[in-house]
Amino acid sequence: MVRFVVRRLLQMVLVVVVLSMLVFAWLRSLPGGPVSAILGERQTEERRAALEAALGLDQPLPVQYLKFLERAVQGNFGVSTKVLPGEDALQIFLDRLPATVELSALALLIAVALGIPLGYVAARRRGSPADTSAVIFSLVGVAVPVFFTAFLLKYFFAVEWNLLPVSGRQSTGLDATRVTGMFVLDGILTREWDAAWDALKHLILPAVALSTIPFAVIFRITRASVLDVLDEDYVRTAEAKGLTTRVIRARHVLRNAMLPVVTTIGLQVGGLLAGAVLTETVFSYQGVGAALATAFRDKDYAVLQVLILAAAVIYVLVNLLVDIAYAVIDPRIRTR
Amino acid sequence: MSPRRTAATLAAAVLTASTLASCAESQRDDSSGGGGDDGTFVFGAAGAPEMFDPFYATDGETFRVTRQMFQGLVGIEPGTAEVVPELATEWTPNDDGTEWTFELRDDVTFHDGTDFNAEAVCANFERMFDQNEAGQTAGEYWGYVMGSFKNDAANSLYQGCEATDEFEATISISGPTSGFPTMLSLASLAMQSPTAMEEGDANGIQAEGEGFSFPDYADNPVGTGPFTFGDYDEANGTITLERNDDYWGDPAQVSELVFRVIPDESTRRQELEAGSINGYDLPNPVDWAGLEDEGNSVEIRDAFNILYLGLNPEANPQLKDLKVRQALYHALNREQLVQTQLPEGATEATQFMPDTVSGYNTDLQPYAYDPEEAKRLLAEAGAEGMELTFAYPTEVSRPYMPDPQKIYEALRTDLEAVGIKVNVKTASWNGGYLDNVTAGRYDAYILGWTGDYDSPFNFVGTFFGNLKENDFGTKAYPWGQQLSEDLKSADAIVDDEQRAAAFEEINGQIMEDYLPGLPISHSPPALVVGPGVDGVVPSPLTAEEFASVSVEGGQ
Repeated sequence: MVRFVVRRLLQMVLVVVVLSMLVFAWLRSLPGGPVSAILGERQTEERRAALEAALGLDQPLPVQYLKFLERAVQGNFGVSTKVLPGEDALQIFLDRLPATVELSALALLIAVALGIPLGYVAARRRGSPADTSAVIFSLVGVAVPVFFTAFLLKYFFAVEWNLLPVSGRQSTGLDATRVTGMFVLDGILTREWDAAWDALKHLILPAVALSTIPFAVIFRITRASVLDVLDEDYVRTAEAKGLTTRVIRARHVLRNAMLPVVTTIGLQVGGLLAGAVLTETVFSYQGVGAALATAFRDKDYAVLQVLILAAAVIYVLVNLLVDIAYAVIDPRIRTR
Repeated sequence: MSPRRTAATLAAAVLTASTLASCAESQRDDSSGGGGDDGTFVFGAAGAPEMFDPFYATDGETFRVTRQMFQGLVGIEPGTAEVVPELATEWTPNDDGTEWTFELRDDVTFHDGTDFNAEAVCANFERMFDQNEAGQTAGEYWGYVMGSFKNDAANSLYQGCEATDEFEATISISGPTSGFPTMLSLASLAMQSPTAMEEGDANGIQAEGEGFSFPDYADNPVGTGPFTFGDYDEANGTITLERNDDYWGDPAQVSELVFRVIPDESTRRQELEAGSINGYDLPNPVDWAGLEDEGNSVEIRDAFNILYLGLNPEANPQLKDLKVRQALYHALNREQLVQTQLPEGATEATQFMPDTVSGYNTDLQPYAYDPEEAKRLLAEAGAEGMELTFAYPTEVSRPYMPDPQKIYEALRTDLEAVGIKVNVKTASWNGGYLDNVTAGRYDAYILGWTGDYDSPFNFVGTFFGNLKENDFGTKAYPWGQQLSEDLKSADAIVDDEQRAAAFEEINGQIMEDYLPGLPISHSPPALVVGPGVDGVVPSPLTAEEFASVSVEGGQ
């Protein structure tokens, strides 16, 4: 197991280096660049050239890349030009990460907490009105764009009924102690319950908006997977043996149906980051996703590079965790 | 926790949320110093500030914040673009307009207790002038108005500063210009505390792989304005400023001024509707009526901008013929465009500057919409059925063009109606559009300008003053050099009236004899504030000062 993990981690380093090259070249091949974002209407050839030279963007691409690599090895991934000018790009990622982790975790929790039970129930009652409506609901969840869902959620829950805040992470003027940067957790840790409650209220709408797609996917995979398992011989055998329904559900059906679901949950983590770009923007939620959106619009190379590479690392790590979880769920994998 | 229990917990949480929502009022943190609590004004900003040292800043969201904390020698009369005394009470030039003596206020201290006096003024100018290589690139605005820095002093407009008395500073410039001392109202050239700048190593900017790293001072600004810096909570996207109780003028009405970063325009509107912010900038013109109906005030600024159709004869030689350019202009139904695609209060342009700027020529009439005349001129020039590569920017909204695509569609339809074959080109604002305009890759494009300060040269000088390099490719025209020289000589006239007259004449020439591009319109941008907010004075330069703003019953 240890050898397997180490090998995978070494692979990850290789993936990140190759990816860094690709991202570096890709960003610079896009038309435009950070200079336009800085100069706007004031751009002239002369000023553009001066600024490009100052930022080292006039050097040949391989030279630029080697310089980047040289600094990256020392843990310096460059500084931001627009997201937070002058700030270390890696620091921006680290500062923004807790917000996105908190948001994604809650979104995934909602997706799993609703998706698995509903998927199971829908499969058990295949063809019933409950099943049909759940399937239709999940289809809608995938089809409707996040910003539209977000707009509706904000309109009803925040503007019309005034139940929850429209956007942001914390109410203006609330003085809360920061520990981890995850505001709900911080409130719990410091026992500032009002701050935790305030942060949770800010989290609900964006998390619900972000959870719609993973919920729909998890629901449908669970349903399909449970349907497959229910038709298996061993389930019929178990029923014939007279085992209680509870035992059958827990030990035979759910456990075996969970394998593809776990894979799906792992895959959804990547999707969450993509979803966070839009969700965080429309909820003015200062996370990695919102930074990515700003960085892309303003062609903030250093920040884009860090965020894309970090996303890749997270993705690879999550996949590794999924494989480990597999091994835990399915003993056959361990012995291979 | 089993999935089912998790779901139950979650359902309980949502239920609790809805029942307890009535206690949605957050606790206010009363940390404002001294002056009691007169409420908080919360303003929704479209973007985060870049930093808090205005000298290196380049964008409006940063200046919106720094303007509340910093002041210049000269200020701007609220609601206008006129220059008025601020930290200087008066200024007088010598005969040839190269030495300006500023009498300073004697009752001003910086937020850190440092005295404001002539030495502080000179320390500021020397600080701005004496930049290292990175600072010269990052100090965009200084480079833009002064031309160059200390290492190239010969080409700099700024020539020196002398403290001639405790409260009298004399600034020397290389030659008279319409922009001086008006340019000192730029947010970038505001006065900062010499003590704080020294302690925070204000000029310690470094170029560092793909960006600049800024010294500590950039995050700890110290000015003389009605608000002091509180904090920037990046994790929550809020900037808090506190009332300066030792302010030399009328103290701010609110004890706290908060800027909340809300990038999405519809979210800003929803925040205002929910009452969690008191105002925001640049509401979409289609929302103006609805916002007013809901009891908000849409504060419309005077238009201090220009939208134009730029033409580049180097990209398409047929444009070198004046008749062709006139034909294009006659083809455009600008009256309809202004009425259908631009906000209420927008006007057709008659020249390359709005009527609030000195040097505006009142005799000029808008070019008539006359498709027949356009066809006739095209035929005369032998350019019937000419092809035109016409571009517009995507993913951007500017005060002079709220919706570039719609403006483009209207103009394109008009051009096609007179037989011109239009080839569409688009690119995003930072994704090549500006680069292509600068590099002269489009025959025609839409772009515009918002004035920095009240100076004709800031408009027409920006467009046509630099012969070697401008977006209109005027070096390809026989008159390009003449226009560039005329603009510079007009700008160097010391007497205000004579200078204005010279610019009026040039504006006439540009429109009647040259027509390097086609001025389209001026659009008044707006900002909106919610019920109970008073004292917002909309500024044509978007230089609103929030010290005069009060919020009924606090926030």
